[in-house]
Amino acid sequence: MSTIAIAGNKGKGVRSDCQISVSLTKNKGLEITLDSKVKTMYGRSIVELTEKIFNFFGIKNAQVLIEDSGALEFILAARLEYAIKQLIKTDLEFLPEFLKENKDVTTKDRSRISRLYLPGNSPSLMINAGIHNTDGLILDIEDAVAPAKKDEARYLVRNALRALNFYGAERMVRINQGERGLIDLEFIVPHYVNLILIPKCENASQIHSIDAKIAEIKKLHKMKHNVWYMPIIESAQGVINAYQIATASENVVALAIGLEDYTADLGTKRTNEGTESFFARTMLVNASVAAGVQPIDSVFSDVFDMEALKQNVLKSKGLGFVGMGCIHPRQIRVLHEYFAPDSDEIEKAKKIVLAFDDATAKGLGVVSLGTKMIDPPVVKRAMKSIDTAIAAGKLQKDWKKTEMERMADEAVSKKK
Amino acid sequence: MKFVKNALGRLVPDEVNGQKQIPFKGVGKHRPTGRKHAPMISSCIDYPADGNKMLTSIKDALKKCGLKNGMTISTHHHFRNGDLVAQMIFDAAAELGVKNLRWAPSASFECHSSLIKYLEDGTIRHIEGSMNGALGRFTSEGKMKGIGILRSHGGRYQAIQDGELKIDIAVIAAPTADPFGNATGDRGPAACGLLGFALADSQYADKVVVVTDNIVPFPCIPWQIHGNYVDFVVKIDKVGISEKIVSGTTEITKSPDRLLLAEWTAKFCDEAGIIQNGFSFQAGAGGTALSIGIYFADILRERGMKSRWARGGSNKYLVKMMEDGLVDYILDGQTFDLEGVRSMRENPGHVNTSPFTSYNYHGKGNFASMIDVVILGATEVDVNFNANVVTHSDGCLLHGIGGWQNCIFSKCTILPIPLFRDRIPVIRDACTTICGPGELIDVIVTERGIAINPLRKDLIAKMKNSNLPIKTIKQLKDEAEAICGKPDNPEFTKDPVAIIKWVDGTVIDTVWKIKK
Repeated sequence: MSTIAIAGNKGKGVRSDCQISVSLTKNKGLEITLDSKVKTMYGRSIVELTEKIFNFFGIKNAQVLIEDSGALEFILAARLEYAIKQLIKTDLEFLPEFLKENKDVTTKDRSRISRLYLPGNSPSLMINAGIHNTDGLILDIEDAVAPAKKDEARYLVRNALRALNFYGAERMVRINQGERGLIDLEFIVPHYVNLILIPKCENASQIHSIDAKIAEIKKLHKMKHNVWYMPIIESAQGVINAYQIATASENVVALAIGLEDYTADLGTKRTNEGTESFFARTMLVNASVAAGVQPIDSVFSDVFDMEALKQNVLKSKGLGFVGMGCIHPRQIRVLHEYFAPDSDEIEKAKKIVLAFDDATAKGLGVVSLGTKMIDPPVVKRAMKSIDTAIAAGKLQKDWKKTEMERMADEAVSKKK
Repeated sequence: MKFVKNALGRLVPDEVNGQKQIPFKGVGKHRPTGRKHAPMISSCIDYPADGNKMLTSIKDALKKCGLKNGMTISTHHHFRNGDLVAQMIFDAAAELGVKNLRWAPSASFECHSSLIKYLEDGTIRHIEGSMNGALGRFTSEGKMKGIGILRSHGGRYQAIQDGELKIDIAVIAAPTADPFGNATGDRGPAACGLLGFALADSQYADKVVVVTDNIVPFPCIPWQIHGNYVDFVVKIDKVGISEKIVSGTTEITKSPDRLLLAEWTAKFCDEAGIIQNGFSFQAGAGGTALSIGIYFADILRERGMKSRWARGGSNKYLVKMMEDGLVDYILDGQTFDLEGVRSMRENPGHVNTSPFTSYNYHGKGNFASMIDVVILGATEVDVNFNANVVTHSDGCLLHGIGGWQNCIFSKCTILPIPLFRDRIPVIRDACTTICGPGELIDVIVTERGIAINPLRKDLIAKMKNSNLPIKTIKQLKDEAEAICGKPDNPEFTKDPVAIIKWVDGTVIDTVWKIKK
C-alpha cells in the first residue's frame, strides 16, 4: 500500500489555491488527474509544470491528483514540492523564477508606519496585498498558520518571496518561535527577505541565535545582503529586557509590541484605554529611542471601527510610536493619515527645512530660526516629517516652490 | 447557412432559425427602413364590457390565447431569481402537449435551470433573450435545438418593435393588477418596483396575459401596464419568492481590492471633470458600482453640488442620495432592493422608465447616450477595448447582455474590473465573444492600473498630471499575463449555438459550440 501525501487547500471558499494528492507507484508512469476551474485556459500549462517538477525530483511513477481553484504557478509549485517531499528525502529545491524587484534591499531607517499581516498559507490574500500601499507586507507563518500547515507554508512563503510582486512594500516574514523559527530562516533568508519579525522575544540571546543562523545561511549561499529584525515584545520579561533586545544586533531596526500576549502574561485584560499596558508601551518607546531603532505599536483588532483606530493611532503617536501593524488593508490609510505629521507639525518642519536650505546656501554651519539655534537632529526629524507628510498626501512634492512663490508674493505686497 | 465576416472581423451566420440576419456594419452604420410591427386590431366586441377579464389558470389562458406548436411565448425578469411564472407556463404548455415553442424572456436566471427538461423534450425549441448559468452551459454544449439569440434590453425592445421578434403570447407576471389588466410592480406581496421590461410585449404581442397574486378592484393605480393591451388576467397563489426578487448585490463591497477600484474610478471621474453640478450618472448593482455611488455622494456633499439625474437600477444608496438632496431624479429601469421599491412608490422624482425610453436604438433618441458617465462590468476586454459580457474565457455562455450594450453609448463608459479573477486574465489579446465595440468603451480601471482608450484624447490630456496609475491597455494585458501566465483559448466546433445581436439588430458575434 502506498501512502498518499497531501498538500494545499481545497473546498468551499478556497480560491487561488490547490490541493495536491500524490502517491508513488511502481511502473505506471506519471498519472495526472486535473480538476480545475481554469482547465480550459491553463490545463496544459498545469500538467506541463507538474511533469517538470516530478522530473526535477526524479520521480517517474506516481499518481497525482490536482484539485485547483485558480492557483498561480508559484503556488502550484509550492504545493507540488511539499507533497513530493513528504514521500521522498531530497535536498533539491524547485524554485520559481525570481522577480527582479524582489532582490531589492531596504534601508535600516525606512518608513515602517504600516505593515500588513498576511496568513502565510493563504495565497488568495497574498496576491493583491501589495497594491494597497503599505510600508511592509508580513507573510506570517507563526500564529496565522495552523500547526499542521506550518511545514507546507514554508514552501509557499519561499516561493512568494521570489515570485510575488510586493509593489514596493518591504518583504517581511514572521517566523516561528524557537527551533522551528531557525529552520524557517533557511526557507526565507536565501530569497532576500527584507525583515524578520521575531515573535515572543524575551532576551538578547534569542537575537544572537538568529544572528548566528542567518550568518551561516548567508555564508552557505554566498550572500551579503542585510536582513533586518523587528523583535516583538509580548511578555513582562521581554519588556524588562527591551533595551538589551534592541541592542543585541546591528540588524535590529525596530521593536514591536504585542499586547494580546502581554496582557495575558500579566494576567490582565486588554482595554481600549490601555492603562494596563502603559508602562510596557512607554518602556518600549524609551528602549527603542535609546537604542536608535523604531518603536512600533501593536495591531488594532476591530477592522470595522475606523474612528476607534484613528483614536488609537493618535494615542500611539502621542506616546512616541512611529508605526503599527494592520490586519486588514482598510486600516493602512488611517495609519498613514494619523501617524503622519499634523498641519502644525508640517508648518514647523517646513520652516526648519527652509532655514536649513538657507544656511546651506549661505555656507553657514549653524542653522537658526529667528533667534533660535536648530540642532542637526531636529533638522533631520523635520526632513523626515516632510517626507512622511508628502507620502501621506498631506503636502505637495513641490512644496518648496510654492512656499518660495508665497514668500516672494508676501515680500512684494509688503513693499506696496 | 453561410458565414460572413462582419465589420469587427467576426464570423457570423447570415441566417438563424430560418430568419435572415444582417452582419454588424459598425457603430451607427445600419439605418433601418420600413414601418414598425403592429399587432392585430382588437375590438371591444370580444372583451367583457364590465372589464372583468379574469380566468382561473395559466393553462386556461394559454388555451384561450390559441397556443400552438412553434409559437413564441415571452416572459420578463422583474422577479429575477424569484420568478415562479415561467416555470408554470411551460409546465402548462407541456401538459397541453405543445412543442417547438420559442421562449423570449427579457432575461433568464438560475431559477430557470429547471426549464432545461423542456428544452430536452422539445417543448421549447430555443431561447431568445439570455441564457444564464446552467441554461448557458446547456446552450454552449450544443444541446439546444435551435440557435439562441442574445439581445440587450434595448435590443429586445427594438426587435419586438421592428418585427424581428414576433411574440404570440406575452405573459406578464405582475405584483398587483385589477381584473381589467391594469398592472403595477410597486406594491403587492411580490413588489418588484416596475414592469418596464414588459412594455414592448404589452404593445406588440398578439395576446397578452397578466398573471398576479394580488388582485385589487379596478382601477389599479398606478397602471404601469395598461389593461387596454391585456387579453386575460389570471390570479394565482404566488407569482414570486419575494426575498429572491430583490436579489441584486445590495451591499457595498467590503473587499479591499474592489474598494480600491471604486475609489480610483471615482477619483478618475473627478479629475477628468465629469463630476460637476448637474451631471448625470449610472452605476449598476454590483458591490463595486455601489461603492462608486457612495464616493460620488461624498464628493457632491463636500462641494455642495448635486446630480440632475441618475439611472437605476436603484438601491438604498441611490435612494438615500435622492432623499439627501444630492440627486434630483432617478430614472429607474429596475429596483434592486425594497428601498428602491418604496422610493418609487413615495418619491415623485423616482420615475419608472422602460427600455423604450432608456435604451431603444430604433427610436427618436434614448436616455442612454445622454448620460455623463456609466459604470459597467465585463468578463473580458481585449487590447482594442472590445468587451465581452456573455461568455467566460472557457468559452461557456453564462450571462445575458442586460442593458450593457445600450449603456456604452454614454459620454464616458468606465469598466472597473479586476485585472484577473482567480488566475483568469480579464484583459486579453482577443475576447472570446465581442458584445461591445471598443470605440464605445472609454476607460478600464483595474487594481493595477487604469487604461484610457486612445480615441479619448480629451481624457488622456485631462489625466496627464494625475497621480492615478495611468497605463496602456497593452501594459495591463502584459502585467496580467506575467502574473497568471498566457492562457490557452477554448476550442470550439464549427457549430454556432447562439448569436449576439447589436443594438440595431445586426449580428455582432457568434457563440460557438464547445469542443468536449
